[in-house]
Order: sequence, then C-alpha cells, then structure tokens
Amino acid sequence: MKLQKATKFALFAVLELARDTSRQLSATDIADLYGISTHHLAKVLRDLGRAGLVDSVRGVGGGYRFSANARRTTLMDVICVFEDISSDQRQDGDVGEKTDIGHALQMVLGEIDGIAKATLSAITIDTLLKTMRWHQDQ
Amino acid sequence: MRIRPAMAQDQRNVVALDGRVTSIPKPDYWASMFNQFVGQDGQHFLIAETNGGSGDGLGFAGFIIGEVRAWEFGSLPCGWILTILVAPEFQGKRVGEMLFRAISAQLKKDGVETIRTMVAREDNLNMSFFRAQGMMAGPFIELEMPVDFGREEE
Repeated sequence: MKLQKATKFALFAVLELARDTSRQLSATDIADLYGISTHHLAKVLRDLGRAGLVDSVRGVGGGYRFSANARRTTLMDVICVFEDISSDQRQDGDVGEKTDIGHALQMVLGEIDGIAKATLSAITIDTLLKTMRWHQDQ
Repeated sequence: MRIRPAMAQDQRNVVALDGRVTSIPKPDYWASMFNQFVGQDGQHFLIAETNGGSGDGLGFAGFIIGEVRAWEFGSLPCGWILTILVAPEFQGKRVGEMLFRAISAQLKKDGVETIRTMVAREDNLNMSFFRAQGMMAGPFIELEMPVDFGREEE
C-alpha cells in the first residue's frame, strides 16, 4: 500500500497536533518539522479543517490545533479524507485482469490490502501516540 | 469494579453473557473451559464484577481467559489471550482494560515476555481494543484453507 503525498502530510499534521492538543502550530511550523512543502501542507490543513479534524485559529499567534476525539479517530479516518482505499481498487481495464493468472494475483494483492485496511481502521490517533511514547521510553 | 479468579459458580453467568453477546449458547464448551482453566496452575480465568458482587448476574461485567503456551510452531513461551468478553452495559468503562492488565500481570509472573492473541480482521471493536493495549502484528501469520482444497487434482 502506497499513500499519496497529501495523505502522508495529513497524518504528519494530525499526529503532530494531537500529541499536544493545547498547542497551536502554523503550517510553516509543521512543514519545517517534517521537511515538507508549506504550500502543499496549507492546502492539506484546510481539507482537514473541513473534515473537522483540526481547527484554525486566526490572528497573531494563530495556527492549527487538533479538534477531533483522539480516542475515536483512526488513521483510516484521516486517510479517507484524501483517498479512498476502503473499496476494491481494481478497474475493469486493468491489464491482465480477466486472465486466470491476473485473477489469482489480484487475490493475493487483495489479501494484503485487506490486512492493511483492517490495521489502519483499528489504530486510533491516541493508540499510535501511546505506542510511539512507549517505544521512545524503551 | 474488582477483578478476581473465576470460581465454579461463575459458569452460569459466563454462559449467559456469552450467549447474550454471540447469540450462540455453548454450555458444553464453557463447562470444558471451566474444567481446564479454573483453579489450574498456569491457567488464568478472571472475572470482572461490581463491588456488590455478581451472584444475581447483574454485577457480572466480563471475563478474560489466558494461558502460557510454549514451542508451538517454534515459539518461545508466550502468554495467550484466548477470550475476552465485556457485557455491553459495561463497555466503554475500562473493564476490558482492567481485565487485560490483570491477566498480563499474572502472565508476567509466569515468566513470559510476550502476550499474543488472534482476532478476526473484520472485528474492529476487539482489534481496536487490543491495539490500544499496545498489541501489534506479531511474527506469525494465521493461514487457513477449505479442507478439500486441491482434492480434485489428486
């Protein structure tokens, strides 16, 4: 499974903001932390705002803060704002799709995707941050 | 809420809760599990109940079962969680977390360093629960097949 650039930026931003919900960070703050494009991240943050995952605070010292429930929001919830990986991505025109080998290969790829989707749907923002802190403490 | 080892008289509440949650009553299965896990060294069957007790079934909040298994498929000794079930009216009150922590402490006393379980891919409730406790994908992959797979080629 390969996530689009915007999706990865969104996960960085949501997790960075959720690790301290009292903190406000600008797009530039987050972009600098992860070495990514501020312009692209600003667009991603606007999409996250429309999805109710972050709030924007205007004015001097303004920025973004995490506004969802970290114990209820999963990685899949964030991913789904930017791309649809929950449904079967096969398209009728895919090369070799209708051959027996193409079909068998698709079954294997579907098996891998199924595990990935179940995993992303089961990990909340809170769980991921907790796991990260535990590994840092070890 | 308190966590305590299961006793023979809990069997009725366990059978009732499992039947209520899964809609498949299995009294024989639970009788066998009680024989195997209650009062046996290295086997853990814990009950969560309200401080008023669960004699009437009303305070019966849930249960968890686990044991140490060793050398299956080359695995080092490892704690296995076989079942966890929390009554719907007690869900969201950290009962599952209390049960999980209690059995983890007992498995640690047994000397294991890893705890393992298996969960259906579609079972998002339990998958999320176990992930929130710190569980991740382990080094084994569960495989299965229809028992008559390939027979027509023999």
